[in-house]
Amino acid sequence: MAQPAAVGMQAPAKKKGGIGKYKKWGYIFMIPFVVVFLIFQAWPLIQTFYYSFFEYYKTGLTWVGPNFCGIDNFAAIFDFSRVNLFALTYNTLVMWAIGFIPQIIISLLFAYWFTNVRLRLKCMGIFKTIIYMPNLIMASAFSMLIFSLFSDIGPINEIIKTFNNGEPFRFLSNTWSTMGLVGLMNFMMWFGNTTILLMAAMMGINESVIEAAEIDGAGSGQIFWKITLPLIRPILVYVLITSLIGGLQMFDVPQILTGGMGSPNNTTLTLIMYLNNNIGTSRNYGIAGAISIVVFIICAALSLVVYYGFAQDKTTREANKRAKAALKAERARRGQ
Amino acid sequence: MKKRILAALLASATLISMAGCSSTQSTSSTTSSAGDGQSSATEAPANSGDATEAPAESGDATEAPTESEAPGEDKAAVDCVDDITLADGEGKVLNIAVWNDDWKKQFEQYIAPHMPKDVTVNFRITENKENAYQNKLDNDLPENESKSADEKIDMFLFEADYATKYVASDVTLDVKELGLTDDDVKDMYQYTKDVCTVDGVLKGVSWQATPGLFAYRREAAKEILGTDDPDAVQAELSDWTKFEAVAAKAKEKGYKMLSGYDDSYRVFSNNVSKPWVDENKNVQIDDQLMAWVDQTKKYTDEGYNNKTSLWDDAWTKDQTPGQKVFGFFYSTWGINFTLAGNSLKTPEKEGGKLEVGNGEYGQWAACYGPASYFWGGTWMAAAKGTDNPKLVGSIMKAFCCDPDFAKAFAKETQDYANNVPMMKELADDPDYGSTFLGGQNHYALFFNVADKISMDKCTIYDQACNEQFQGAFKDYFDGKVDKDTALANFYTKVKEKHPDLVTP
Amino acid sequence: MSKDYKTIEHSSALQRSGGDPDMKAGPGLLIHRIVCYVVLTFFSLLCLFFFYILIINATRAHYDIMRGFSFFPGGSFGTNFMSAVSNDTIPILNGMLNSLIVAGLSGLLSVYFSAMTAYAIHVYDFKGKNFIFNFILIIMTIPTQISALGLFTMCSDWGLRDTYIPLIIPAIAAPTVFFFMIQYMKSSLPLDIIEAARIDGSGEFRTFNTIVLPILKPALAVQMIFSFVSAWNNFFVPSLIIDTSTKKTLPLMIAQLRSADFLKFDYGQVYMFIFLAIIPVMIVYFCLSKFIIAGVAVGGVKE
Repeated sequence: MAQPAAVGMQAPAKKKGGIGKYKKWGYIFMIPFVVVFLIFQAWPLIQTFYYSFFEYYKTGLTWVGPNFCGIDNFAAIFDFSRVNLFALTYNTLVMWAIGFIPQIIISLLFAYWFTNVRLRLKCMGIFKTIIYMPNLIMASAFSMLIFSLFSDIGPINEIIKTFNNGEPFRFLSNTWSTMGLVGLMNFMMWFGNTTILLMAAMMGINESVIEAAEIDGAGSGQIFWKITLPLIRPILVYVLITSLIGGLQMFDVPQILTGGMGSPNNTTLTLIMYLNNNIGTSRNYGIAGAISIVVFIICAALSLVVYYGFAQDKTTREANKRAKAALKAERARRGQ
Repeated sequence: MKKRILAALLASATLISMAGCSSTQSTSSTTSSAGDGQSSATEAPANSGDATEAPAESGDATEAPTESEAPGEDKAAVDCVDDITLADGEGKVLNIAVWNDDWKKQFEQYIAPHMPKDVTVNFRITENKENAYQNKLDNDLPENESKSADEKIDMFLFEADYATKYVASDVTLDVKELGLTDDDVKDMYQYTKDVCTVDGVLKGVSWQATPGLFAYRREAAKEILGTDDPDAVQAELSDWTKFEAVAAKAKEKGYKMLSGYDDSYRVFSNNVSKPWVDENKNVQIDDQLMAWVDQTKKYTDEGYNNKTSLWDDAWTKDQTPGQKVFGFFYSTWGINFTLAGNSLKTPEKEGGKLEVGNGEYGQWAACYGPASYFWGGTWMAAAKGTDNPKLVGSIMKAFCCDPDFAKAFAKETQDYANNVPMMKELADDPDYGSTFLGGQNHYALFFNVADKISMDKCTIYDQACNEQFQGAFKDYFDGKVDKDTALANFYTKVKEKHPDLVTP
Repeated sequence: MSKDYKTIEHSSALQRSGGDPDMKAGPGLLIHRIVCYVVLTFFSLLCLFFFYILIINATRAHYDIMRGFSFFPGGSFGTNFMSAVSNDTIPILNGMLNSLIVAGLSGLLSVYFSAMTAYAIHVYDFKGKNFIFNFILIIMTIPTQISALGLFTMCSDWGLRDTYIPLIIPAIAAPTVFFFMIQYMKSSLPLDIIEAARIDGSGEFRTFNTIVLPILKPALAVQMIFSFVSAWNNFFVPSLIIDTSTKKTLPLMIAQLRSADFLKFDYGQVYMFIFLAIIPVMIVYFCLSKFIIAGVAVGGVKE
């Protein structure tokens, strides 16, 4: 992590308030966070990682292990002859993308509309309130609803049957339709949340920057791509990373929709469902620990890619520069 | 403000719960016996409603239909139970671990009125979703001895598929330590004892046996076979080849022979020639299981079933009135509770009655089908470390060993009690008939099947193997994978549950 | 901040009515607006649709739901309500109270302490600050389920199983909240205010509580909603930790209802339960949603 700072997420480098005698308060204020993190996250994490090198599980009522077994557990989860972590990572990321791509597009659009002063839309309060509401429904309840809508005897299939010689389309017996439903649910549950975050970012843009650009003759498309988007990039990256991690953690939606099977043929089995399967009955600390390490590495790696790929860029800095220049010019103009 | 609303909600809910609890408890004693079904069916719910407080009343309901028999013999089940006393030195708190409130309600109805007054009974309910109930037992039972007396689990219930897991370990007690004698258990079905016997020591008992039959729609039988007579239908279904021929005929008439993939699973899996796992922990697939796979694949491709899965909504819907499915493989509880309930047009919750004229109630019948099998069953055992061994023993004696109770209980609930002579009496009773099955005496059929049940192929791995096998082959029936892939998926899944298993 | 924003909005709107090229294209803007309304209405209806189905199903009897789908309410609201609230093995009111305690406390703790940590990084200069900042960003990438197994063992060892401590206390270290707060502080917390407070003799802790927190209110509210909702709906960790039925939170109870044996399974009751379980979180949401409507501005360029 040489310089993650450049994203606009950076720790502010120098602070006017940081006079020596107040320094200690910086440490004091962080104590609760750090202590809790060490106890409830770091320690369990270390334990989890430690057991990944052991054979340690339960069969029936009997515990086996812990016996040191080197990297056997890792070899097992990368065994290509059966369910393996590559396939599961693929499943998980595809289902995440199916939900996330429409989610980010719709959220950007809505955030843009909500914050666009020129449009001056009415009743925005109602829309803003409603679009977050699906997030209030528990994932399990949501899955039940979707299941009942799309089941072989559900209303959607009643319609399909009339066009299809009475044969239902079996959504949950097909990979792409199952993935699609999972994506749909994730989209519905999270686009409101994302809209609120992006809205927050867009409201943070000084309106006079956009004004200045308009005066310079930029069209609304240009403003969006050249100014708004680069300026909200820090939050965009934040949304992308948190959503990606959330996506890699995907569990309850496909779990309930497929009854824990990841059917058909394990094509909708996610990483965490697999983890859960290995904890469920056998409490297999060895395999579960190995899965955990790999998932952690995947998360960290993808987050870094996003972080540097998207964030570490010229356009944001240029946009910042442009914005500041525009502001100066604007101020000069008004000053006259 | 918010607090006040919450308080009001709490208060009203308490009232509601007091008023409402009787409505949910009446399911077990509503179906009637003998021809006089309707009058007792209407009376029973009201009487048995608040079971714990009204033991005397619930007697009335069952006396009506059985006038013809000697009155002394036919007490209500609750009156067959003797008052239970607390042995010296035993604790005042009895903790019972279960996974739902089925047995809790039966306990409250039949046993609770006779419990020592100063004993508190706690039911610890953990749902069996994703193995939660067993996980809880697995955590608690080994450390049961070190817990304080009131915290200990004293007894717990378990099902057929994982019975071996607990009785084979030392967390369960020999029933002799609880005060049960060989004489107490002599009338029980041998298989219910075998499954709980380890090295000659009996460690758990059951109050029921669960022989299975093939229940079919009389209407469909007439249309497909020209008769709905159980004997004639049985003759047409007596082996799998004939069964398949009927399935083809059914298709011509617009019927599905079975609802889904798993319907016939138990009929095959109960007749295997080798256990799921051998002594070296190798998973072995019996020919019977592959026969189920091949048959189900064929039925699916030929359109002999509706592609449903066990317990899903579509499967249940196929049991409701007007559906074009010939029949279901179901054991005792399945026919008398599940199927009977699903056959109604107006369900009981909405004031419908279990009576002829309501939906397809009374328009079903049962026959043996192509092979004998059983399905399900619940056992009870005392947990090692309990401070109430004698109390647990007394409950077992009253609920599982008493012949009078067994008979009265069977008649009141239509459950199949675990007592051979008493069930024989019911089976031989010419006056007895089930209203749901159009007057057919299903005990006679159950009795013949129950004799053939054997559970000697049980292993501690059965639950995982059965569930994962059915799950993995669903993809094959759906046409998503070939047989080898399905088998490979099965091996993977079963190893997740039991990493010690050896698979090819 | 929001005040500044409004004045700017106002002035710019005034300015624009004159010279903006887009404004002249009156019909274009009108079409744009119509498109906006249509799309927004469509998605809002889609969102409400699920609530509608939920409520409809809560009024229908189990067998009705089993037999097919309906867009019209049934007559079993009362029955379902009774069976949902009078189920003594799954006490819904207990569940609501438990969920309120767990979600409320973890929401408050995570917002307060993560804001405090963000404040420490934002305001003070101390050694290791950059390291800690980066470290917290990395923590953000750890899925909660990863440490769940270790958490479970740890709780068993320390006698924390079946208590709310492992559900509530870990909320104190919430890196996502921390990150949002630090972004918000950058745009909306002038350091001069803190300087002024110091000159007035206010202690650091007091400054944070009485001066800084009120400024952060909109961001706190938004993050409070997010944390509250995610704790309210959390299933994975509580399912590992909580055993006693009276201590169970609502998602555990719903899972229990759903897993009810076939004979006991009652869709009407399940949907009613879900419906009732949503009411408290809706109330909390509506209380805090004015901050969502007003909007929170974070990050961006400052003058």
